[in-house]
Amino acid sequence: MQAFTTLTGLVAPLDRVNVDTDQIIPKQFLKTIKRTGLREGLFYDWRKQKNGSQDPEFFLNQPRFQGATILLTRDNFGCGSSREHAPWALLDQGFRCIIASSFADIFYNNCFQNGMLPIVLKADEVLAMMQDVLATPGYQLTVDLGNQTVTAPDGACSRFEIDPFRKDCLYRGLDAIGLTLQHETTIASYEARRKTEAPWLFTDLR
Amino acid sequence: MAAQTLFDKIWETHVVRAEPDGTTLLYIDRQLVHEVTSPQAFEGLKLSGRRPRRPGATLAVPDHNVPTTDRTLGIADPLSAKQIQTLEENCRDFGITLFGMNDIRQGVVHVIGPEQGFTLPGTTIVCGDSHTSTHGAFGALAFGIGTSEVEHVLATQCLVQKRPKTMEIRVDGVLSSLCSAKDVILAIIGKIGTAGGTGYVIEYTGSAIRALSMEGRMTLCNMSIEGGARAGMVAPDENTIAYVKGRPLAPKGELFEQAVQDWRQLKTDANATYDTTVTMRAEDIAPQVSWGTSPGMVTGIDQRVPDPRTIFDENQRQATARALEYMGLIPNMPMTDIAIDKVFIGSCTNARIEDLRLAASLAKGKHVAKTVHAMVVPGSGLVKQQAEQEGLDRLFKEAGFEWREAGCSMCLAMNADVLQPGERCASTSNRNFEGRQGAGGRTHLVSPAMAVAAAVEGHFVDIRTWK
Repeated sequence: MQAFTTLTGLVAPLDRVNVDTDQIIPKQFLKTIKRTGLREGLFYDWRKQKNGSQDPEFFLNQPRFQGATILLTRDNFGCGSSREHAPWALLDQGFRCIIASSFADIFYNNCFQNGMLPIVLKADEVLAMMQDVLATPGYQLTVDLGNQTVTAPDGACSRFEIDPFRKDCLYRGLDAIGLTLQHETTIASYEARRKTEAPWLFTDLR
Repeated sequence: MAAQTLFDKIWETHVVRAEPDGTTLLYIDRQLVHEVTSPQAFEGLKLSGRRPRRPGATLAVPDHNVPTTDRTLGIADPLSAKQIQTLEENCRDFGITLFGMNDIRQGVVHVIGPEQGFTLPGTTIVCGDSHTSTHGAFGALAFGIGTSEVEHVLATQCLVQKRPKTMEIRVDGVLSSLCSAKDVILAIIGKIGTAGGTGYVIEYTGSAIRALSMEGRMTLCNMSIEGGARAGMVAPDENTIAYVKGRPLAPKGELFEQAVQDWRQLKTDANATYDTTVTMRAEDIAPQVSWGTSPGMVTGIDQRVPDPRTIFDENQRQATARALEYMGLIPNMPMTDIAIDKVFIGSCTNARIEDLRLAASLAKGKHVAKTVHAMVVPGSGLVKQQAEQEGLDRLFKEAGFEWREAGCSMCLAMNADVLQPGERCASTSNRNFEGRQGAGGRTHLVSPAMAVAAAVEGHFVDIRTWK
């Protein structure tokens, strides 16, 4: 997994609440057996106008937000389906950091599995940033995972909370499965104990 | 020992290892796998040279992409066909049991787990699907995960987790006639909101919950995720034990008796506390219909479409106005004035035999309105077989409903069952997001009983007074 330490990047605004993963990537793009190439489906329906042409107003279609690496959005981002295709599509588009006032649980988890940093800031901080992004062409933020800060162009600094274990894994780009496998003997002894406590859980298929 | 909730008991028996900061390696007893969220997980195993730790603890089934029409014709969409073929190859390569598309046991993953007795009380169950919460109906800790975590569980039979908070949702009283578990859960989501349960595991308690059948409890727990909670659960009781007994993959004989002793301990202790509690009265719950593009945008059939101008909160006002525009609804119109084009009875929420029995009994002797196209998609091949043995298919067909093969179908429209732009559907499924059932399609979430009545009348009606 790619490590995440600091990121200074262009910010793209998605000023909506409750953005569900069906909107982030609609079902027709879930038929892939790969993790890559999903940007084509990112916000597919929202990018289009009713007549099927691209909507020039939608943020991803605006030239000023091309190359953005930080997505700024509102409450409950990523709710709904567990599809990891949602963070894959955002990553494929170039987003490595998503700042929101809150996230849905499964989406939040899925980001960390892909070297992406989801940041929760207070609703009023997000709102103020949203206004600044819209008002300021080329608006960039600097995200520092080590210090847990987001710094605006004027030097204003917001601190964010993150679980220490997740932070460490992301910061060092650790392989989550490899980490768990280091505890193989502990897992085996757990299984041996449970087999005597609850043997009905070990009558495996086949 | 301190008093414990049901959740506490299951969590603690599954801790493999806990760090001082609370980061926990949690053991996973069971994994369910389907074709959409697994190919990249198996690819990951191949690339890293890893093998499943306990292939026999995983059960796989294709459901999202399968056609619900004649399967001898194969799958028309080459991408869908490829995804199902990939699941078959992966299960063969990694020694995982698969119920293939033409197996009578095939069906929606959250229908077949309980049906087969793969879902057991007191277990931890995961699947790359957010509606894994369904299995909580048995007093299991069951939640949806992403594809990377599917790979993690295959390789290690464990997941790294932080302990969630607990929420009790207590519903006491008696539901009015023809109000169902679907109406209860929609009303709950309407009350707590779509993020109300974020960070929590819900335990549903109270006399109205206790009175639900196992299938009703599955409907209830299924939509916990629509309230933001990854898992919802109901403590097992004698109904649960009776339901599990004798199922093909359930423990047998002495092992079953031993399991039952354990399952009888699975309840929240009298003095245990939850992090938060929400209470409702069953008598206050009217048949529910969603009007918007999020499951929390829901109201009673005896109410009206909301008026954004009367909403004080700016965010809520904008979201409501946007939803009404997408849904093509006029503020303040009675819910009963909403006319529909399609009816879908199916999905992991409402496609079990009891749902179909009730729907068929209401459809009997009636006919789908001329303006409506209605279909019934059973939750599994075995549900379909059972329904046909009981003659339910005949009742549906005589009433003008299409009778289909089992699968996820129009719940998420990954197969050929899709709404056209602007079409309005009364659906027994779980999500009414924009485009969920097809780009531009408009979904109203309802119970099976409400769906049948709407199919016959061509618009929503109050099932309590319908005849």
